[in-house]
Amino acid sequence: MMAPTSSPTDVGILSFGAYVPRKRLQRSAIYAANAWFAPGLKGLAKGERSVGDWDEDSITMAVEAARDTLTGIDRASVGSLSLASTTLPYVDRLNSGIVKEALTLSDGVAALDMTGSQRAGVSALRAALEAASGRTAPHLCLAAEMRKTCPASDLELTSGDAAAGLLIGQGDVIAKFLGAYSLTLDFVDHYRTPGMDYDYFYEARWIREEGYVALTARALKEGIAALGIEPSSIDRLLVPISAKGIAATLAKKAGIAEAAVADTLQAGLGEAGSAHGLVMLVAALESAKPGEKILLLGFGQGADLILLETTDAITRLAPRDGVAGSLARGAKDENYMRWLVHRGLVDIDKGMRAEQDQKQPSTSLWRHRKAVMGLVGGRCTKTGTVQFPKSDISVNPNDRTAGTQEDYPLAELPARVMTVTADSLSYSPSPPLYYGMVDFDGGGRMTVEFADVAEEIEVGSEMRMVFRIKAVDEMRGMVKYFWKAAPVR
Amino acid sequence: MARGIKDKVAILGMGCSRFGERWDMDADNLMVEAFDEAMADAGIDVSQIDAAWMGVGFDAMNIGPSGLPLSIALRLPNIGVTKVENYCASGTESFRGAVYAVASGAADIALAVGVEKLKDTGYGGLPVRSRGTTFDMLGVTGSAPGNFAQVASAYRAAHNVSKEDLKRAIAHVSVKSHANGAKNPKAHLRKVVDMETVLNAPMIAEPLGLYDCCGVSDGAAVAIVTTPEIARALGKTDLVTVKALQIAASNGWELQHAGGWNGSYFHPTRIAAKRAYDEAGITSPRDQLSLTEVHDCFSITELVTMEDLFLSDEGQAWKDVLNGDFDADGRIPCQIDGGLKCFGHPIGASGLRMIYENYLQLLGRAGDRQRKTPPSLALSHNLGGMPSQNVSAIAIVGLADV
Repeated sequence: MMAPTSSPTDVGILSFGAYVPRKRLQRSAIYAANAWFAPGLKGLAKGERSVGDWDEDSITMAVEAARDTLTGIDRASVGSLSLASTTLPYVDRLNSGIVKEALTLSDGVAALDMTGSQRAGVSALRAALEAASGRTAPHLCLAAEMRKTCPASDLELTSGDAAAGLLIGQGDVIAKFLGAYSLTLDFVDHYRTPGMDYDYFYEARWIREEGYVALTARALKEGIAALGIEPSSIDRLLVPISAKGIAATLAKKAGIAEAAVADTLQAGLGEAGSAHGLVMLVAALESAKPGEKILLLGFGQGADLILLETTDAITRLAPRDGVAGSLARGAKDENYMRWLVHRGLVDIDKGMRAEQDQKQPSTSLWRHRKAVMGLVGGRCTKTGTVQFPKSDISVNPNDRTAGTQEDYPLAELPARVMTVTADSLSYSPSPPLYYGMVDFDGGGRMTVEFADVAEEIEVGSEMRMVFRIKAVDEMRGMVKYFWKAAPVR
Repeated sequence: MARGIKDKVAILGMGCSRFGERWDMDADNLMVEAFDEAMADAGIDVSQIDAAWMGVGFDAMNIGPSGLPLSIALRLPNIGVTKVENYCASGTESFRGAVYAVASGAADIALAVGVEKLKDTGYGGLPVRSRGTTFDMLGVTGSAPGNFAQVASAYRAAHNVSKEDLKRAIAHVSVKSHANGAKNPKAHLRKVVDMETVLNAPMIAEPLGLYDCCGVSDGAAVAIVTTPEIARALGKTDLVTVKALQIAASNGWELQHAGGWNGSYFHPTRIAAKRAYDEAGITSPRDQLSLTEVHDCFSITELVTMEDLFLSDEGQAWKDVLNGDFDADGRIPCQIDGGLKCFGHPIGASGLRMIYENYLQLLGRAGDRQRKTPPSLALSHNLGGMPSQNVSAIAIVGLADV
């Protein structure tokens, strides 16, 4: 069959990206700690699940996925963005706005947070695809999830932390949007209110029979009819439901080939909540050939279906990390206790050094938002000296120019370690606190914390900047973000 | 062109409290302890003091703001009292105020006090505090050991020194200081310690272990200064005069200019040292200096400071240290009183405690610690901040006729 090319009016996916945190907590370690209470979890205790570090959350993961998505793309061209998640740090402070600052997108962009159900990511994608023909610039559709799960629950074992991104627009799309279908039904398999720490689930057998199978099968049946799909033509069926055998059952009922059922990524990642549909979509796209029909499902108080078809433009897409690249950079972790402390589920004696007041004056953050959130420094237009942060008077001792610096983003530049130490005295949620000075390619230098440290860091080590939580003002509930340097792997 | 203040100011008297965990003393009590000794040494009445300076690093955490705590504790006669702070160089900064007051002719006799009460903090190490709203967003809140430990990694890279060699060299610094401090009744730590203990001590901030870091303690030190003429009129015969007093401050170059500073030395120390040697008329510091008291907050700092003061060739200090060049019986003893290592570092007091030892040594009053060859010129180096941004304060004192 001839691979479809895209036409200028085609709406679809222009680019994609993903981010899975490095640490892979072994499910056996979780089970070993909880087996005394819940021996029945043994069946779920295989493989590993991704867990964000203490300084990661849905926003930081979304930023990393967005950077991956925007590989080779001019950031100034992005016209709008959305962030879907049920675990956003702020209920009222535009979370996608924080992502916008970190990415140094134009001030003149539209931004929207999307939440409320486990299909928020897929719903956001449907909305973006349908709005694309009315937009004049591409839309960055992001989803991220870092679920808080109760110890000894099923969800603790089956969840994983991750984020995904898709750039949606018109023109040279790598996958065309062929249509969507939705059912909305208040099927309360589980719920969570703002005051609750954990989701409250009803009986798994009922959820499976009436929800995952019955409700979703109805959505598939009606959607396939509405969109005029020939079931046997579906090359990939993406069902982001971790319960065993669901996707295969649905495929059979709908007449979709068994071979089309996509891996749910349970073994090496876990189910990333409302982001998982988009995570699975990215995993599919990164290995897809032109001309593949992909049917993506979202489940959460109803269902969304999105039909896509890859084009030959997918072969021309620049390489990026995606899901595969992130998964390949995993680090085995068996410290269940540390993870519980990092997620705030268990107390630990932090010592007096942790008492430091972390108050963040909004006025100061506003003045320095580009430096703090975007790692934007200054470049002297007269001498070319790069520095962080910008200042009225240039740091260059040879030419004390004043007022000549233009904004100069540093986050995407490679950096090299100039000094390093591992500080066991300073308070850190994950001691020791690694930090030092780095020099950026082309100029610019800063003292910065090092993240994702596993092996020895030496003077000269190559680093890349990552967006992370700097500190939490526990007294006032504010999360403070900044950039850190992580070893290039 | 200003020519400096060489020999324009003499030290009339000095005092130093016992440094340590002074659980039963407040900052005021410590100031009185040091002041009483200084006044007895000077042989004057408090009504003769014209102006005072007080150096404190962490006033919010002990004594409170302004110069009033000094005026009130010592019941000074309503004279001007100026509070100064320049991180850990605050001690030398208070000395500078008093010395310049006398050198300018604004005061006949001036008082410099440095004090710090750190042991109300509640934990070991310097108290954690803000370094300003912008720094708190963009900088790293590291501990003092962590900030200074970075010099070690850069020094090794710059001079191709192995981990083991540098670790041994910095250990030697601490072993030497402990041997000296054991002879000092005013030091906080008075036990001799051996190489193995230092090398195997718990890590604080790689590669600095427990014994590479000075402790935190309470203390006060005082200097009373006047003109040489007034000192002689008051009956003093052997005079110690100020030969040089220079401070240099970073301007962001080390911190922000990529490809400039390489992290392995202290840029302002080199500048202050050159200026101080010029002011004192010292053309060959290695031959002319008898003693140094340097800012050994961390053993690595002392080691590279030998190069920054031009007493060792660049990249060679680690060898000179291992060779014993700066031991009590070496070519230029460093921290012959035990240094910050044995005294601990009550921030405001340290700079003055350094000058106190140099003063005693020059007058032959250092007892068991007395340098065998009579000293004539002694340098103190007092550093505030961190390697990438700091204030380096150097004072050179010496016998009046040298």
